[in-house]
Amino acid sequence: MSVPAAWYLILAAILFLVGATGLLVRRNVLIMFMCIELMLNAVNLTFVTFSRLLNDVGGQVDVFFVLVVAAAEVVVGLAIIVAMFRRRAAATADDIHILKG
Amino acid sequence: MLASVIPSLVAAAPRTTLGNASDWAVFLVGAALILLGAFGVILLRNPVHCALNLVITLIGVALEFIDQSADFLAAVQIIVYAGAIVILFLFVIMFLGIDRKEALGREATRFQKPLAVIIGLMALGLILALSRVDHWVSGTPAQSGVLNGPGTNVQKLGQSIYTGYLLPFEMTAALLVIAVVAAVVLSRRHHSIAGEMTSDEQQELLQRPGAGPADAPPPPASAGGVDGAEETQSLEGVPAE
Repeated sequence: MSVPAAWYLILAAILFLVGATGLLVRRNVLIMFMCIELMLNAVNLTFVTFSRLLNDVGGQVDVFFVLVVAAAEVVVGLAIIVAMFRRRAAATADDIHILKG
Repeated sequence: MLASVIPSLVAAAPRTTLGNASDWAVFLVGAALILLGAFGVILLRNPVHCALNLVITLIGVALEFIDQSADFLAAVQIIVYAGAIVILFLFVIMFLGIDRKEALGREATRFQKPLAVIIGLMALGLILALSRVDHWVSGTPAQSGVLNGPGTNVQKLGQSIYTGYLLPFEMTAALLVIAVVAAVVLSRRHHSIAGEMTSDEQQELLQRPGAGPADAPPPPASAGGVDGAEETQSLEGVPAE
């Protein structure tokens, strides 16, 4: 355990909040999706760090499941974005109401 | 006894320092890549550039995984995230032709951006302050198998997934199938495709003046060419949706 775990956790906190800020700042739905991926990666980094800190393989198993769920989420989310583009050639967060009913 | 301890410490010291130095080097390079890519994602205007910066961040995270001996997850991170998810993003960007720059100056709420930055910095400060006063770790270690000890990382991960986490692992298979079906359903066109009309549309076209049925008397040759061209255009002009 050479680099203290605190450094990884600080890095993960910075990455998470960069992603959260980007989610609030950007209006393009695709880039908001990428910011969600940034936040998921920060959480994964935290999982792996605590897995090493606690000497428990469960954290790495959780990262595995997060990866699977992220892949499924991206597939469905991008399909929704494609459906939005079919209706209107724009994908800002304000256009989501066109998917209603 | 002290005399026997000191030489072993001296012998161990350079190796530990070297190991520390290389670990710190990997950590710092990974951290630089992560922050560079993350700020690129949220600051660049072109979605293609954002996706490529996301790849930089993902490679940085994979470096941090390797630095903490999570070898399997580092490989999966590269393969699944950089190899599949970002490619999917790029496919959608290219397929929809939306690689133009984001329009500026049509914000619905003017103060959203500075407010978001302020809130983000405040939350970061709060988390770091919380980490100073609170303990990093609570709870008991090694509930689901130890990470260190004999065996490779892949072996221990596989043993844990295929024994203790077998049911969640099988549920991920169902989740992926549902996601694929959902993607097909969501991106399916519900209306007639171009050149293929429903019976209602055909009736409407037949009853339109100027586009008579086949047994109508043929128009004069000069006008017929124009009419035919118009009809072809109107047939092709049937919207896809």
